[in-house]
Amino acid sequence: MARIAVISFPGSNCDRDIITAIRDITGTEPNQFWHKESTMPRQDLVILPGGFSFGDYLRCGAIAARSPIMDEVLEHAWRGGYILGICNGFQILTEADLLPGTLMRNRGLRFVCRDVVLETHNSDNAILTGLNEGQKLRIPVAHNEGNYFADAATLKKIKDKGQIAFTYSGADQDPNYNPNGAIDDIAGIVSENGRVLGLMPHPERKADPIHGGLDGRLLLKSVIEAAS
Amino acid sequence: MVSITITIGLKDGVLDPEGRAIESSLNNLGYHEASEIKTGRLIRFTMDEADHARAHQKVSKMCETLLVNTVIEHYDITVEDLIEE
Repeated sequence: MARIAVISFPGSNCDRDIITAIRDITGTEPNQFWHKESTMPRQDLVILPGGFSFGDYLRCGAIAARSPIMDEVLEHAWRGGYILGICNGFQILTEADLLPGTLMRNRGLRFVCRDVVLETHNSDNAILTGLNEGQKLRIPVAHNEGNYFADAATLKKIKDKGQIAFTYSGADQDPNYNPNGAIDDIAGIVSENGRVLGLMPHPERKADPIHGGLDGRLLLKSVIEAAS
Repeated sequence: MVSITITIGLKDGVLDPEGRAIESSLNNLGYHEASEIKTGRLIRFTMDEADHARAHQKVSKMCETLLVNTVIEHYDITVEDLIEE
């Protein structure tokens, strides 16, 4: 049985959604931690949920990334633990230097909330092993700062090391397939050891038949199985 | 006591969609001479430190650890003596 932690920060608003999805998939209750906690027993998977931690003050995820609980999350990462950061959770992971690059304001200057089609890459990374190379997933995004950016040297490095996990797929000819202007259509990346995944789309919002799709559940299930 | 002003802006080559939107609006208002508009952030505070060099060093560390995302932003620090009213 995987030990799964969900961390909540002031302003997290997708923590209950991901908890519900995990409960549905695993049949067990994940462990919840508040940002002020400074100890966390060993976990197999730590999830940083979506939301607007600390009101997006200073920069999205910047203050959350320096919360007391993050020392435990960093230690978990250094031990080779699995981490999933969704939307604001992805922003927190980049601010905590657990993932390279950063998430900037959407190119169109608007909050974007709609389904996107993702294409899976480098599925040999540990956290992606349950997905197939090139697998398409329809999952919604909901963000104002999802425009992934990395300087040329960093971008080359993450490509060379196979760290791009998901791109927005333009295969169905939609000219607006990339919702935010992310460089090279990047929607999600993994750490060098392939165990930390950050992505802008919300898998927990396509995790129940009532959501109109189960692609998110598929993604979450494979992450949980990889970490188990 | 010293007064600290940190000016934070996007590095050259980083797309500034907000700056571009402001530029477009100014151009629409007839200010065609305005171009290359960049937006940024200003942080001001006072610091209990008399030595300017030491204050600058401490503030640099604050910038690197929290206040600035050095992936996309650059910063400039000004240290001034606080003039008591």
